[in-house]
Amino acid sequence: MSPLSRREFVAAGVAAGAGLVVGFYLPHRGASQAEFFSPNAYLRITPDNKVTIVVARSEMGQGVRTALPMILAEELEADWKQIEIEQAGASTLYGDQTTGGSASIRTTWDPMRKAGAAAREMLISAAALRWGVPRSSCAAENSRIKHATTNRSLSYGELVAKAATLPIPTDVPLKQNKDYKIVGQRLARLDTPAKVKGEAVFGIDFRMPGMKFALLSRSPVIGGKVSGFDDKESKKISGVSYVGKIGDSAVAVVADSVWGAMEGRRLLNVTWDEGPNKDFNSATAGYAPMNLEKAEALRKKTAVLYSAGEVVKIAPGRSISGVYQLPFMAHAPMEPGNCTAHYHGTKCELWAPTQVPQDCRDSVATAIGLDPDQVKVNVTLMGGGFGRRLEHDYAVEAALVSKAINAPVKVIWTREDDMRFSTYRPASAHTLDAVVDASGFPVQLSHHIVAPSISGQKGQPTPGNVDPDLPDEAGPVYGVPNYAITYTMTETPVPLGWMRSVYALQAAFALESFIDELAVAAGKDPLQYRLHLLAKDQDLQYFTTTWKTARMRGVLQLAAEKAGWDKPLPAGHYRGIACFGCFASYMAEVVEITMENDQPRVHRVVAVVDCGQVVNPSILEQQIQGGIVYGLANALRAKITIEKGRVVQGNFDDYPPLRLDETPTVEVYAVPSIEVPTGIGEPAVPPIAPALCNAIYAATKKRIRALPILNS
Amino acid sequence: MADITLRVNGSEKNVSVSPETPLLWVLRDTLELTGTKFGCGAGLCGACTVHVDGNPIRSCSTPVSQVVGKSVTTIEGLGANGLHVLQQAWIAEEVPQCGYCQTGQIMSAAALLAKTPNPTDEEITKAMNGNLCRCGTYERIRKAIHRAAGAVERPRETAQIDGDEKHENGGAR
Repeated sequence: MSPLSRREFVAAGVAAGAGLVVGFYLPHRGASQAEFFSPNAYLRITPDNKVTIVVARSEMGQGVRTALPMILAEELEADWKQIEIEQAGASTLYGDQTTGGSASIRTTWDPMRKAGAAAREMLISAAALRWGVPRSSCAAENSRIKHATTNRSLSYGELVAKAATLPIPTDVPLKQNKDYKIVGQRLARLDTPAKVKGEAVFGIDFRMPGMKFALLSRSPVIGGKVSGFDDKESKKISGVSYVGKIGDSAVAVVADSVWGAMEGRRLLNVTWDEGPNKDFNSATAGYAPMNLEKAEALRKKTAVLYSAGEVVKIAPGRSISGVYQLPFMAHAPMEPGNCTAHYHGTKCELWAPTQVPQDCRDSVATAIGLDPDQVKVNVTLMGGGFGRRLEHDYAVEAALVSKAINAPVKVIWTREDDMRFSTYRPASAHTLDAVVDASGFPVQLSHHIVAPSISGQKGQPTPGNVDPDLPDEAGPVYGVPNYAITYTMTETPVPLGWMRSVYALQAAFALESFIDELAVAAGKDPLQYRLHLLAKDQDLQYFTTTWKTARMRGVLQLAAEKAGWDKPLPAGHYRGIACFGCFASYMAEVVEITMENDQPRVHRVVAVVDCGQVVNPSILEQQIQGGIVYGLANALRAKITIEKGRVVQGNFDDYPPLRLDETPTVEVYAVPSIEVPTGIGEPAVPPIAPALCNAIYAATKKRIRALPILNS
Repeated sequence: MADITLRVNGSEKNVSVSPETPLLWVLRDTLELTGTKFGCGAGLCGACTVHVDGNPIRSCSTPVSQVVGKSVTTIEGLGANGLHVLQQAWIAEEVPQCGYCQTGQIMSAAALLAKTPNPTDEEITKAMNGNLCRCGTYERIRKAIHRAAGAVERPRETAQIDGDEKHENGGAR
């Protein structure tokens, strides 16, 4: 260990980016009686032996308020029962706090471990100094430092004052996986009791004195603007105190109750300038490659995402092609959009259910003319996110309304608002082409993706005409010798957003349906066909991820074994299988169905993941079961259509999620691994649609090439 | 506006609201019982489920005038003496993910168990099918209901509830 001065340490922290970060709780150097010990921004230990761990990601159900503290507590050798957690708001101390991309564990694994380890080493030093014994004779365990030879021990709380005077080490030893006591355990989530008692405070539940409620009337046509409004009837509603234009394309109705604002909005009469999209219909807009052939400008924008061997030359053999299409989809989290804002002169404070506290801070600052450091963002619990709360629209609206009325206000969206003013999963089209050899295996495989870019539409960089999400979500799976993945970026007026698994859902549906078609054409078992394509150990380099055929083979084999792939099914039952990798994790799923009235009934799903070291198996199981239920709804029914520039769907009747009666048993297995943890929030979603469609093919010989299934 | 007296979780409450106001908003805004959630406003998702005279109803679509003289129970009043057996089962099975729909799920399940102490899978499906969960916790919900049904006559289980709300000092502070 090499102690650094604070100045050096700050510099080291900044240089390390996501590494150890110096906190706002400064260590009490030289203080005779420290109130707490806080060697970094993630951790605070008080003399009463309480360990407070700061969570700098947002909790939307995926368990970060439990899993991230487990990582730090492991290295700290903390008593898990003494852990308290604190939610970080928008800060400058934790790097990028965006919660998305199945990245919370991936991006905090090192900083949380190092934060815990640094504190542990300092507490050991403090005890060694106190006892006048060598550090090496002391050990940390269960929030105590023990000196075995003299049978003495001190609690962390008792060592706070001394530890706070010590230099912060940088190069700290980290534990080996085999020594883990907390990471890998099925520990109970810390947020469960409050959630079952109705005491958990979601964004929509936040209250403050003097707070008003607002609903906004937004342009029903995408891109439309307010041309005028008549609020006479609205203002007759008791409690309605303000009606006014917010930005160019919305009118806010403010009342002293949600119901008052709802009634006020219902009676508001807005006239709209419908703008350029008033004749836009998603059914005829067309993202199909056949249109692309005619669009030279688009062809020029085509980018190569992955290339192995040579796919331009047609290899000798039989050609097989398939075109797959997917619609726009909406996230539809259970908690509709909302945000509370309190603007007062030179400051604005927000209570936001958000995946992007820093983006909310910066966007609000711009919208209301403040500096970012004049905007404080508190992060509340979220009733689901699924990517919808990667936007900042609700926060900006709340801040603008609060500024307009000069009072705290909670903006609430209805379900119809959520459905119609969402940012949608991009519709896409996929052309798969293969040339197969005499045995029916591809010697050449290409996957051409045509889809609008989410980031591109938002004005973010798309270097090389590649949407920046594709490197995490559309990689190669198989070791086909000549293999190309290409992408053509299109444009759409439909607002786009990142929805759980983002482009991986589309890419997996197309690829894994097509592989099934190839297996059928070859007359081979779809599992054995895939295993053959993965038989050789290969590293498939795709942007910064190295996909290993051995690990994909591993999840497929385990899924097949657990599903009893080689065992006969009851009469009328059929199986489908699919695998895919995204967010650096490997996933295979086997679906078992029957057909009832030409519709699939899913009975059982066996899901196997290889995501490296598992942090909490119970939370992992939740994420996979949840991902499959979410993915089944996407596959079966999810479709957003736009007619005359207006989103057609409005509530859970015309955009129906999965219900209990349609939910299969989902058996979850994780491949034992000590590799660095990879994503778990999203990887379960992509394989389920193709696995289901492949099962439907097995049952009916009908190939589904367009989602949703029940629309085909 | 009208002065309305309600019986909520065993207590008389006087509120001054327009009679057509959905019970949901009276509970949430006026009485500050925010455990009952707004999900769809159309009786499609069940997040707003409460009991009226023991029956599960969708408070988002029930005018407050319809419950005058009746007894309303919300999640806050479900476990009169500590946690309801279903809440204990929900904790033991680690049901919630985001947790937003779970209070409505528990209220539907409580109404089921009150009438059908040992429900079959089919009875559970029928009783719970109106409650949506976007996180996909359905399988654990079913397990938790079976667990609670088996534990109705047993003493309170506390083994897995040491993670209490003392940990939950995040959220809006």
